[in-house]
Amino acid sequence: MATKPVQRPLSPHLGIYKWGPAMLVSILHRATGDGMALVGTFLVVAWLACAAAGPDAYAAFMGWFTQADGGLNPLGYLVGIGLTWSLFQHMASGVRHLFLDVGAGYELRVNRQGAVATIAFSAVATIAFWAFVLVGK
Amino acid sequence: MGSGSSIGRVRGLGSAKEGAHHWWNQRLTAGSNLLLTLWFLVSVALLPAYDWATVSAWLGSAWAAVPLALMLLSVLYHARLGLQVVIEDYAHAETRVVLMVLMHFFIVGAGAVALFSILKLAFTAGAIVP
Repeated sequence: MATKPVQRPLSPHLGIYKWGPAMLVSILHRATGDGMALVGTFLVVAWLACAAAGPDAYAAFMGWFTQADGGLNPLGYLVGIGLTWSLFQHMASGVRHLFLDVGAGYELRVNRQGAVATIAFSAVATIAFWAFVLVGK
Repeated sequence: MGSGSSIGRVRGLGSAKEGAHHWWNQRLTAGSNLLLTLWFLVSVALLPAYDWATVSAWLGSAWAAVPLALMLLSVLYHARLGLQVVIEDYAHAETRVVLMVLMHFFIVGAGAVALFSILKLAFTAGAIVP
């Protein structure tokens, strides 16, 4: 009777889904949010604590991310650009979520455009922020 | 589940009465985060330099110290809600409890250090001798 294994159709697995902007933005929202919650929190609090401890501790903290001439070192660029991009991406995606919360933007085309817009915004805002800080002032 | 009356079998199995609390507070702090982090980004971008003298003088002003303290409170509470969801999604059984406790230690500890540091800078502006 039930001795032979039956080849049943499997439910669609993660591996056969084609990636779309909405899926990317969804997982980016979680990754950037929780990345900032851990790494961002640690660095901002360490920055404040070192500032409160005095000039020597503050200089030691900044020394991790800057070169002798005061410019950013590679770690400084990685952390600085990474955190600002994360913040802008999470911010844009979060605003998109507020629209989705009230039931707007679920039509396929609008939903896709909204997802793409958050990626475009975070890229443009990150470039604009660092252009201003590094060369605009 | 007992075999009592129909109301007795379902009583206590329903809503925990605070299902919307987490959701709403996440949205509420999303709004306050939006305003406060935009203020923070603009303020930091406009600082003339990032040495200790400039930063400590900036945080010596109530106009910087108060919004920054509010931002930390809002962001940390929002972070706590988000980290809770991730832990609930990916960790199970005892691991979930341990991670949840560690996460709260981290958030509350970070908040305490951040607030103490902001207040120290605000209240001792110009008094710390380099």
